[in-house]
Formats: sequence, C-alpha cells, structure tokens
Amino acid sequence: MEIIKSGKENNLLVVKVTGRMDAVTAPEFEKQLTGWIDEGEIIFVIDFSALEYISSAGLRSILVIAKKLKSLNGKILLANMEESVNEVFEISGFNSIIPVFDTVQTAIRHGMAS
Amino acid sequence: MSSIQLTAKIENMEMLVQSVSSIAGNLGFTAKRIREIELAVEEALVNIINYAYPDGEGDIKVTCTREDSRALVIEIEDTGVAFDLMSLKEPDISADISERQVGGLGIFLIRKLMNEVKYRRKHNRNVLTLVAYPSDRT
Repeated sequence: MEIIKSGKENNLLVVKVTGRMDAVTAPEFEKQLTGWIDEGEIIFVIDFSALEYISSAGLRSILVIAKKLKSLNGKILLANMEESVNEVFEISGFNSIIPVFDTVQTAIRHGMAS
Repeated sequence: MSSIQLTAKIENMEMLVQSVSSIAGNLGFTAKRIREIELAVEEALVNIINYAYPDGEGDIKVTCTREDSRALVIEIEDTGVAFDLMSLKEPDISADISERQVGGLGIFLIRKLMNEVKYRRKHNRNVLTLVAYPSDRT
C-alpha cells in the first residue's frame, strides 16, 4: 500500500491510496491520516482508483478516521473505487455512512461546497 | 490437496492468503472471485491471530482441496481457544457513522462472500471450512 498526497484545493487534501488495505497495512493509513489531521487538515478526498483490495481492517481504519473528522466538523470523501472494493463497501453498508463518488473531481466539488 | 502451516502471526498472513489465492488462480477462478476468497481467508486468519492464542504462540494450518471438480474447499485450523465464529451476532450495518460499531464486520463478510461456512471442534482444534464456487457469490 502507498499513500500519496496528490493535491490540495483550498482547505481540502486529495490523497491517493494504492495497493492493498489489509490487516497489515490499514494501521499505516490510519496513522498517516491522523498525522495530517493533527496538522490541521479536516477535509479529505481519497482517490481509490488504484486500490485493489480492502478488508474489514481497512474499513475499520476509514471508520476511525471518519469518526475523528466528524467530531472536528471535517469529512472524508471517497472517490473512484474499483469494482471489488466497491462490492465490499456495499455488502458492509459502508457506502451509506461514508460518501462515495464516481470521480475525484465530483468528490472535490462536494468537499468544497461544505 | 495442498496444505501450509505457519505460526499465527500477522507477518505470516500474506503468505497464508497467497497460498489460497494461487490455488484458486490455478483452478481458473476469476480475479474478482479470488479477491473475495482472499478477503474471507484474511478475515478468518486475523481472527485467529488476534484471539486464538492469548497466552502464547500457536499455529494456523490452511488446507485447500477441490470438491466435485468445481468448488474450492478451504480448511483453516488452529489449536487455540474454542471459538465458533458462526455463533457471533451480525453487526448492525444500517447504523450511522456515530453509532456504527468497529467490530464484527470480518465475520459478516466471510458469510456474505463464501458459498458455505462451517465450523467444528475436532480434538482440541477449531476447524473452519470455507467453500467457494468459481463464479461470483450470487
């Protein structure tokens, strides 16, 4: 898994996550995003176009970050999910608690509108 | 039949998962179905790694067999604390972000993605059997 800061639009940070978010790598995601939150970032768009795989450990780390951001009046928006990742979100009901968008641009628009 | 046995440690998870996915690949399962199998196996392994051996170390054994020329049967065994994963309550997947619980999802995913899931206790071993057919879960 790689986590790359891929853009910044006003107060919104775009982050690209590639590879696999599993029980081994998900804690790194949580740690990296927590670091950026501690630096003052509170609106994140996560580009999942190159994420191949996610397990419940990955979902859990996204949930932890989403809860943290909610308490700070921030948010996390996900974009561009590959089919099998999307399937995991659907089965687990996560697509109804975390906003998911077809493209990074749409997610950015929604993130900036708030 | 193929079998692999390693210490129940997170560092070994990837190797155990890959042993199953390479077999599924050889059997001609689709890439999507292989991801689903990897996911179910990971969830089962993580559970063992986290909870089966509270007082020390133990092994995980993963055995793959092919059944009636179609299904892949994956047996995941440990000698840890007796634990029937099928006895767990399903998580509330309609809860909103504040109410949403962090646990229980792994087992839920196993049940949704595999065609059959069975648990038995056999001579001090937990044996979890996952059966996957080649096409998608539906």
